[in-house]
Amino acid sequence: MNYSIAKEPIIVQEVIDKVVQREAGAITTFIGTVRELTHGKKTLYLIYEAYESMAVKKLEQIGKEIKERWDGADVAITHRVGKLDITDIAVVIAVSTPHRADAYEANRYAIERIKEIVPIWKKEHWEDGQKWIGNQLETVAYPTGKPEESDLNE
Amino acid sequence: MNKVLFFAHLKDAVGEEVIELDTNGKSVVEIKELMKEKYPALNLENVMAAINEEFASDEDILQAGDTIAFIPPVSGG
Repeated sequence: MNYSIAKEPIIVQEVIDKVVQREAGAITTFIGTVRELTHGKKTLYLIYEAYESMAVKKLEQIGKEIKERWDGADVAITHRVGKLDITDIAVVIAVSTPHRADAYEANRYAIERIKEIVPIWKKEHWEDGQKWIGNQLETVAYPTGKPEESDLNE
Repeated sequence: MNKVLFFAHLKDAVGEEVIELDTNGKSVVEIKELMKEKYPALNLENVMAAINEEFASDEDILQAGDTIAFIPPVSGG
């Protein structure tokens, strides 16, 4: 199972171990963590929610896209759901390839694609309230729980 | 019968993650209209739909037993 949604803390080494291969000269690991400050606003904790069965399928699709683009690549991705505190690990992506440049590029591709197509959402909890974060660029929050007219053209 | 799934702020608006509904033969856009009538607090602007775990277009038609999910802009990672 190279692509999974986890309800418990992610063990980074277990994700890395999935992409170990004799043909690889490089493994890159991306670890996405929960940040305390976003534009000066203090986050207390996050809740991540997933459409789990579809999220796994979309992670598999990203892996497939990477293997088509970067020869000899192997990929493993685990994304956590539930309540996460500051500094907790939300996502781990491991990519192995024969040469290092491909491992860096393919790993970057994976995280950008996750923010586009994988049905996972985060709800930010602050001292003064909570909001579902509304777009994959993490720049727009919907105070009313829905996008405003001005958000729709971004 | 069909399952209709809601996530994130949509789940908050509907109060449930899944409802059962007979939407057989209706298109995605028709189901969106139905949902808006049923749940006035629901805002489906900017929301995509998935049928059986694959992104669908507004014109796609539901068959008996299909699951439709409404997918707000994602914010994982």
